[in-house]
Amino acid sequence: MAAAEDYPEGLKYHREHDWARIDGDEATCGVTWFAQDALGELVHFEAPSGANGEGGTVTKDMSYGEVESVKAVSDVIAPLSGEIIEVNQKVVEAPETVNEDPYGEGWLIRIRLSDPAEVDTLLDPDAYRQFLADQ
Amino acid sequence: MQTLQQTPLHGRHVAAGARMVPFAGWEMPVQYEGVIPEHRAVRSDCGVFDVSHMGQFHVEGPSAHELLQSLLSNDLDKIGDGEAQYTLLTNERGGIVDDLIAYRIDAYHYLVVVNAGNREAAYTWMKEREIRGSEIRDASDEYALLAVQGPKSLERLGLPDAKAFTHAMGEIDGVEVMINRTGYTGEAGVELMCAADDARELWDAVVARGAVPCGLGARDTLRLEVCYPLHGNDITEDTDPISAGLGWTCALAKEFTGADAIRAVKETGPERKLVAFVMEEKAIPRQGMPIAGGGEVTSGTHSPMLDKGIGMGYVPVAGSANGSDLLIDVRGNERRATTVPKPIYKRED
Repeated sequence: MAAAEDYPEGLKYHREHDWARIDGDEATCGVTWFAQDALGELVHFEAPSGANGEGGTVTKDMSYGEVESVKAVSDVIAPLSGEIIEVNQKVVEAPETVNEDPYGEGWLIRIRLSDPAEVDTLLDPDAYRQFLADQ
Repeated sequence: MQTLQQTPLHGRHVAAGARMVPFAGWEMPVQYEGVIPEHRAVRSDCGVFDVSHMGQFHVEGPSAHELLQSLLSNDLDKIGDGEAQYTLLTNERGGIVDDLIAYRIDAYHYLVVVNAGNREAAYTWMKEREIRGSEIRDASDEYALLAVQGPKSLERLGLPDAKAFTHAMGEIDGVEVMINRTGYTGEAGVELMCAADDARELWDAVVARGAVPCGLGARDTLRLEVCYPLHGNDITEDTDPISAGLGWTCALAKEFTGADAIRAVKETGPERKLVAFVMEEKAIPRQGMPIAGGGEVTSGTHSPMLDKGIGMGYVPVAGSANGSDLLIDVRGNERRATTVPKPIYKRED
């Protein structure tokens, strides 16, 4: 079952439709409700793996993976830079988890921030909603 | 910018919350609730697709049969009044201008249904080759076409069973329809042709009878699971029927445009073949992806029934036998696949 449109408070948003939940020097990242809705039911998460997987690094504004629906594929953009400490294997096994719970069970990666100051460049929910409205 | 055409059901799709996309010059629904639930509805029960964007030509006159026999690859002498045939419109090189279904009304009158994207090309091709005593007329705008497909489609429509590739006039809840026992999903079902003005009434009746509205997204995943070729992807003006596995649609004992070229391919054997494959790793193949050893994916998607990536593509004959290993270049990552017999999906009875 697809989730209802929502951009929760307490998360930070990137213009490429990604979110980050900051916890000290760590962050959990995923794609927003808007992104999963635009793609439709996800059927594949090309997760960062090997040297690029856990222990590898992601760079803010750069792609770290791909999400695919039946009809389309999209890069997933890192909202922040850091080292990958965990990849959500649940989404690798059941990509539709992202549609069902984009901000909860459907998270994609957890990272250790290499530059916490980058957080200030992200949007709060109101600013992200305004950004969507202006599209 | 070209304006997109709309079918008579455009308003119905928008009102139902469909996601509309451009397709072959038309603004069409790609999905309503979602590709996967729509796909499953057709495999388990009944779905309805608006395919009014497809083209309908009337071919009439005492020479209609002779004309079509000279232009189409299959042998129309094999069918009688009330029957239909899948066939190819071929060029001099044996390439495929379009794949279509010819419905024989009577010896002097055929209806041919062509792909939306080839409507003009097919019409021009045929019109330029009219012979004395034959006339081709593009009547596409006069009709709407609804495909009602799935194991429960006949029950839901209150129609008796009938042989595949037959047609008859009838009515559904007061709407006069041509009932065609054809489809593009691999399931039982019909394609209902009605006057454009009656399209909304027919759509509402079919939906009220429990057919799930389905978009072009599910139409593509359904046809690919059963390996029906899509013109523009798997077959084109530059691919021949033998390489595409469509030799069964070519009556090589008769003369038709491109027959010599097709005979030559059959004689020497094709260099490549259109194979079906299933991914052995998590990845979704897409049109245009290279296959190691000189092949190319022509159609690819995620199969809702197998929950795996599936596709079709041309590969050199040497590596085309069922069970052959393929390596597909998925945006720079090599992913393993295996060729399988067609169709990729078959109902387990």
